[in-house]
Amino acid sequence: MTRVDATRIDRLDSAGAQLLSRFIHRAGLGPDRVELRSDHRALFKAVVDVDTQPPDDDAHKGNLIDWFEGVGRATLDFLQDLRALLSFLGQTIATGILVLFHPHQWPLTATVHHIQQTGLNALPLVALLSFLVGAVVAFLGATVLRDFGAELFVVDLTTYAFLREFGVLLTAIILAGRTASAFTAQIGTMKSREEIDAIRTIGMDPFVLLVLPRLVALLIALPILALVAMISGLAGGLIVSSFSLDIPGQLYLDRMSAMVDVRHFLVGMSKAPFFALVIALVGCMEGFKVGGTAQSVGERTTSAVVQSISMVIVINALAAVFFMEIGW
Amino acid sequence: MSEPAIEVRGLANRFGTQTVHEDLDLSLPKGQIVGVVGGSGSGKSVLMRAILGLRPPQAGEIEVLGRPVTGIPERDAHLRESSGVLFQDGALFSSLTVVENVEVPLKCHGHGLSAALIRQLATLKIRLSGLASTACNKYPSELSGGMRKRAGLARALALDPDLLFLDEPTAGLDPIGAAEFDELLRTLQQSLGLTVFLITHDLDTLYTICDQIAVIGERRVLTVGPLAEVEQLDHPWVQQYFHGPRGRAARR
Repeated sequence: MTRVDATRIDRLDSAGAQLLSRFIHRAGLGPDRVELRSDHRALFKAVVDVDTQPPDDDAHKGNLIDWFEGVGRATLDFLQDLRALLSFLGQTIATGILVLFHPHQWPLTATVHHIQQTGLNALPLVALLSFLVGAVVAFLGATVLRDFGAELFVVDLTTYAFLREFGVLLTAIILAGRTASAFTAQIGTMKSREEIDAIRTIGMDPFVLLVLPRLVALLIALPILALVAMISGLAGGLIVSSFSLDIPGQLYLDRMSAMVDVRHFLVGMSKAPFFALVIALVGCMEGFKVGGTAQSVGERTTSAVVQSISMVIVINALAAVFFMEIGW
Repeated sequence: MSEPAIEVRGLANRFGTQTVHEDLDLSLPKGQIVGVVGGSGSGKSVLMRAILGLRPPQAGEIEVLGRPVTGIPERDAHLRESSGVLFQDGALFSSLTVVENVEVPLKCHGHGLSAALIRQLATLKIRLSGLASTACNKYPSELSGGMRKRAGLARALALDPDLLFLDEPTAGLDPIGAAEFDELLRTLQQSLGLTVFLITHDLDTLYTICDQIAVIGERRVLTVGPLAEVEQLDHPWVQQYFHGPRGRAARR
């Protein structure tokens, strides 16, 4: 075969031109050995030009290697995230100490604003949800304890649960969903519209302006909310006890103050600052990680909520073990 | 020249009380690059959306390649197979890689082509658009603005359309990238025999690659014709546009 007569092709699209180009390539002919109608020549030439280039190195790796690569990447990503969080914590502490010596730099208005946003505005939600969980815990305890005729121990159950664990944990989880996401979206939107860079070029510190007020606001708001959550949870238990377990309110309160030490309250409250720190830092850090696109704001917000909720639960578990070991 | 590629008669577009087009007529010949210019807010993009059937007009008739656009279902296969669109920032699907983006129209209208052939055709279109095939497996967010436009062009060309709609293809590109894009467009138009509807503010693009210019203003098409004719039109906006400082600089 020395030449290809393609003059009787009526219509030619790029797919057809590619077939023709591959055919003559396999037959070992040059593109000049193809006769084409004049109106098809330009298309054929354009396709031959790009189709005969050697394929760029894009050989597909084996699936197993891909998988290992994925695992490796995920591991590294996790370690880098952890490192980033620690360095973020360090930077925040360093900035915080610096600002302590220059109190006039303190963004007081922003701090108060965030206390309102994260604390006051979340109060009804935290109170309502804790009340409901308290009622459920009391019901659940009663169904088991009734078999032993020990319904009165419902008081101990709800009190221990809410003072030590549920009050602060529920608050932290609600705030992780409500506040960490808000922090990420606020800072992330500013990042994607180059507002953070604008702050830097003006000569202000985005850490002082954006991170510190949020962190301090949460450090103040979260313990207060946790206290509210404890009270509401106990109220939920009390209402259920007096209306469906025949434990009068006075008895409930008497037993509570007689049996329960103040240290349980302290155990619960001691965790609040750590949760506040984690939620504020993760929320702000994910905000700073936002890239240029609107999609990345969404991705980072999801990541902030997932990370902060998981970390709150993990820290709570570690704290439980710790307090059990020291016998509190 | 046979029947026109795009024929618009008596088009009216209104948003509430605001009228964008009123009694707009336009007829574009086949096989040419038509530059559409007009001030900001003069309704260039609205006109494009109306021709594409994305926005039903309040009045008027639009025919694309001899078939009416108004009153047909939005997913009409003929219109979709015979036209490709490049939106301003590419409008690539951000969850898909470049090659997957180009495969979308092939899968939708490919009439059961094999996956391997679809991949092969998509790669060809990406290369025709001047991207290396290493870009195939990247996500749109990993590409520069110029590469995104080329990827968008590859997707617009996926089905070998007769008509190509471009919304400000050179906006946001540096002058070198813009010139390369112009040249690419010219080459593709000639080899694939495309009719190109090109909305642009880029005077260099107008001067280098457009065969015809359509000027939109005062809610209608002020004039359509070769550049030399349009430039001479005695209309204040046209005079200012082509003979202002930027217009003079581009012509040199």
